[in-house]
Amino acid sequence: MNVGDIIKMLDASIVTGNDHILREVEYAFASDLMSDVLTLERDRILLITGLSNLQAVRTAEMSDINTIIVGRNKTISEDMIKVADENDIVMIQSAYSVFHIAGELFRAGIKPIY
Amino acid sequence: MHLKYKIAGGDFSNAGNAASSVKKILKQLNIAPLTAKRIVVALYEGEVNIVAHAWSGIINVTIDSERIAIVLDDAGPGISDIEQAMQEGFSTAGPRVREMGFGAGMGLPNMKKNTDSMTISSVPGRGTKVELVNYLDKNAY
Repeated sequence: MNVGDIIKMLDASIVTGNDHILREVEYAFASDLMSDVLTLERDRILLITGLSNLQAVRTAEMSDINTIIVGRNKTISEDMIKVADENDIVMIQSAYSVFHIAGELFRAGIKPIY
Repeated sequence: MHLKYKIAGGDFSNAGNAASSVKKILKQLNIAPLTAKRIVVALYEGEVNIVAHAWSGIINVTIDSERIAIVLDDAGPGISDIEQAMQEGFSTAGPRVREMGFGAGMGLPNMKKNTDSMTISSVPGRGTKVELVNYLDKNAY
């Protein structure tokens, strides 16, 4: 499943990273606790989070996470977009809750890390 | 190669700038991705700790052909019981730090996990010094 398929499935919008719409997503992790995200060894995963701040994007940068979905249409700031662009991170905004997003992705075959 | 970064306590908008800079340099130096990830994750957690807990800090990074040594030296409240601080789940972080996605008592243990050696020394009321060393395994990928 690629980023474009996920956007369609979640009725979501891409905030930045249009060049990577065909990026394949295999694994996902959902958390608002960035310290927990920073313990993950697997990289190039999708992060589902309700935490929409610069540290969420910085955490993705350090962890080599290449796609972030922010739930509940939380505002994604210009600062976040700038850091995401610098690191080729796709940022997606969805009106669904983190639980709903995680459920849809799991049902569609995206694998959990634990 | 020697790099030096000044960190301001409480400045969450810039937390991660040092780790981001080091990450880009490690990539330019063709350091193996997994080795680089361990280093930058440990450094980022340490940088966030300075922003979250200290008044100010300096991070010195020394890179040579065999290892990367990072010294995070802060002026701040210090840690009175380092053994307790190293326990997963122990944190003195306030609500502002938790809003940023940190403060769950996972930072120091994760820094230890991602480094080949970690040494902490602290003087309560004065500050904390954390020294991290990672060896560059030429066979790593």
